[in-house]
Amino acid sequence: MKLSSETIQKLMHAVKSTRDEELDCDHCYDELHRFIEIKLSGKNAAEAMPLVQEHLDRCPPCREEYEVLLEALKALSM
Amino acid sequence: MDTRTNEEWLSDLRGEKKDQAIGDLRKILKRGLIYSLSSRIKTDLEHQVEDFVQDAILRILDKLDTFRGESKFTTWAQKVAVRVAFTEMRRKRWEDISIQDLLPEDSGDFTPLVLSDPSPDPEKRATQASMLKMVEEVLSEDLTDLQRTAILAIIQGGMPLEEVARRMDTNRNALYKLLHDARKQIRDGLQAKGFNAEEVLATFENG
Repeated sequence: MKLSSETIQKLMHAVKSTRDEELDCDHCYDELHRFIEIKLSGKNAAEAMPLVQEHLDRCPPCREEYEVLLEALKALSM
Repeated sequence: MDTRTNEEWLSDLRGEKKDQAIGDLRKILKRGLIYSLSSRIKTDLEHQVEDFVQDAILRILDKLDTFRGESKFTTWAQKVAVRVAFTEMRRKRWEDISIQDLLPEDSGDFTPLVLSDPSPDPEKRATQASMLKMVEEVLSEDLTDLQRTAILAIIQGGMPLEEVARRMDTNRNALYKLLHDARKQIRDGLQAKGFNAEEVLATFENG
């Protein structure tokens, strides 16, 4: 088996950000529309809903969906 | 178009104005997806988005009772549409790739690990080899085969959670929980050997 140093680094970054209690993908999805409206209102969504922000920071698929949803909603508000 | 209140959206989608409401919702979702996905879909964007919107409308109508009014209805609906779009895009992107294609060579026999790109500095290389051996032991001893396969497919192979989950006959959320447990076990395993992730990272960062 050959692991690259990049893989080791990604793994350790993932381990480093691990918390005993984390929001899972379903709960993040359940809260995402609230989180994003706080963000769109100009308020600090990360401060208001820190567990959602933490999940988005560590879960690339959820983060990708969040970013696209944000773009979509910005387009609709134009 | 989006001048309805949440209550009006719900009553129109359930009542006599259903067709008109669906038509209006379709336009909103399509506009949002076309704008936000234009950098990700290079061919046939409009046609693909129409398919996503069609599936999303069905999902939204099916899940209407779960809308709790915590946001604008169209924010919630667009969220559903984005999820539908990504589920399909990821399925297509990864459909011909198996988990085994993504795992490091000889993953069935997990040891020995060898750095594929060691540092040119001999002293640092020795330290990296030592850290790598320790990480190898933790992965080998503290994780189940399922956890090891999933975490390597995602971290090394870059496969999205839902696609790994599909191949493991589970779902994205259950897999997230399995990986969360795996990360905690790796953290605790390193700690039991007197190290933490920051120390391992410091050995590998900057060459």
